[in-house]
Amino acid sequence: MNTNAKTDWDLVAENPAFRKLLAAKKRFIVPATILFIVYYFLLPVSVGYWPEVMSAPVWGPLNLAYLFALSQFLVAWLIAYLYVRAANRFDQMGKEILEDLDRAKARQAAAKGTL
Amino acid sequence: MSTPLAMFLGFIAITLVITYWAARKSSGASAYFAAGRNITAWQNGIAVAGDYMSAASFLGIAGIIAFQGYDGFLYSVGWLVAYLTVLLIVAEPLRNAGKYTMADVLAYRLRPKPVRAMASLSTLTVSTFYMIAQMVGAGTLVALLLKDSGISFNWAVTIVGVLMVAYVVFGGMLATTWVQIVKAILLMGGTILLSFLVMAHFHFSFTEFFDAITHVKDGDKVVNFLQPGLRYKAPYGPLDLISLGMALIFGTAGLPHILVRFYTVPDAKTARISVVWAMAIIGSFYIMTTFLGFGAATIVGKAFIAKNGGTNMSAPLLAQALAGDVFFAFISAIAFATILAVVAGLTISASTSFAHDLYTNVIHHGELADPRREVRVARITAFVVGAVSIAVAILLGPTFNVAFLVALAFAVAASANLPVIVLSIFWKRFTTEGAVCGLAAGLLSSIVLILISPSIMGTDGKHLIQAAPIFPLENPGILSIPIGFAGAFLGTLFSRVDADSEARFTELEVRANTGLGSERATSA
Repeated sequence: MNTNAKTDWDLVAENPAFRKLLAAKKRFIVPATILFIVYYFLLPVSVGYWPEVMSAPVWGPLNLAYLFALSQFLVAWLIAYLYVRAANRFDQMGKEILEDLDRAKARQAAAKGTL
Repeated sequence: MSTPLAMFLGFIAITLVITYWAARKSSGASAYFAAGRNITAWQNGIAVAGDYMSAASFLGIAGIIAFQGYDGFLYSVGWLVAYLTVLLIVAEPLRNAGKYTMADVLAYRLRPKPVRAMASLSTLTVSTFYMIAQMVGAGTLVALLLKDSGISFNWAVTIVGVLMVAYVVFGGMLATTWVQIVKAILLMGGTILLSFLVMAHFHFSFTEFFDAITHVKDGDKVVNFLQPGLRYKAPYGPLDLISLGMALIFGTAGLPHILVRFYTVPDAKTARISVVWAMAIIGSFYIMTTFLGFGAATIVGKAFIAKNGGTNMSAPLLAQALAGDVFFAFISAIAFATILAVVAGLTISASTSFAHDLYTNVIHHGELADPRREVRVARITAFVVGAVSIAVAILLGPTFNVAFLVALAFAVAASANLPVIVLSIFWKRFTTEGAVCGLAAGLLSSIVLILISPSIMGTDGKHLIQAAPIFPLENPGILSIPIGFAGAFLGTLFSRVDADSEARFTELEVRANTGLGSERATSA
């Protein structure tokens, strides 16, 4: 076997499109993760340290604490929805990278044939 | 024959038919451990929900809300939001990089033997604690629910143990998956019906319902159950809430029995969609705990529940108050189904980890003369896990307080498993030493902190250790999760740069992000 032949992994890792995919994922996942963690921990912090404020009724008998807790469900679902939408884009980029790989392998095989 | 008993037997019959069907269908390791990776997105989503929503969710949260109001609802929130960690960070890379267990991801780039041995130890610890909690809970409940049928605690524990072993030994992952799906559908159906009846009781007026919640009779006092702080009081309450939140948010993505579910689907995209299905079901369920918990508080009342079986009976007693004995039997049967599906999931993930990580890869260096041995070892392990769980649960007995065992399982998962999973996926420099240190530090710190916490220590005659607690919080997460991460960081920084690990990291990165080379589904 030709030891100089690059593995599939190297071929993908060297593809600039792959770096772009990683960067695109990072641009979504890092802020989304920070957002949901901060938003979530605001809940135990606020109801833990300011229970009186959070107990004040704001809408009929409903208080801030319960509405804030309910909003956590909606925010979690919203982030999940946005992620799935973004991930469809990542899937497309991934598919193109794998097609690039097939072409690169075909070129490598052809080059080896002519040697 | 009493109605509850008939409904229990009905559910058992359905699950045994599923097991028989799965046993005839499946052959080979991938079929046994990962259902041939042929589970669809919605099926896996429902199964994740069925694997996750334990008796603690259904009966436990309803009970806490019924007795201590709003604070119990915070569990509901944390248990859903936790799935964002699974969705955004863990599910897809895990599916692409691994084969059967959590340790596969670590072993992909690190030295397999030490990391598999440690990860397997951690998996078995989490599963054992979780399992014992479920078994003791199951025994107490079934004995209570079926008290007219004369089934004792010991018999109830034995029946649950034998059934979970039967599902796993004969039906493998396929049977476990379908038991979880049937259970999740039953649980959702029962919860929707119960919520509907609660609202009917209040003439479908949210104003009337929430007015009742803000004026709950507790002895001679009238208490606003919608106010926070009834359970988590100063001085340590707020910190305990944050600590609990950390264990829930970061622990779920480290629970081995949840993680293995993502190996049952054909690819990463399906894994992702299945998390979204799970989030839709789990979220709706946890929102409805509002009706179960507050419904029990307002319609049944604390005093009556306390006299008739205690907090865990809140939901079944609510069903009885609203629609009589048959509905009580139906809700009780759902509680039983809930426990069975969860213990089956725990059994298969523990036995998979033992067979795949320890037996095949650590003892036999990853090369088995006969690959069928891996499945055989897993089946024997499932049998042993079942026998040990039955014995330990009977030994501890129905009065043993098991709530801290679930807290411990989540804390170990968050402190030991999550840091090393995240760092092996995202940190190029990460080394074997780092992984072993991280796993050990997270595991030890969470166990020690629980041992010196108010769950174990106290001076009221009811605690295991009769002394004032040294660590003031019930949940160790706030300290043990940073310790787990610190262990992994320091272990890495104090070890030599591992060129192999860094080279394999590039491979892992490609595989995790494009699915190149990932395990394929086997044709059915």
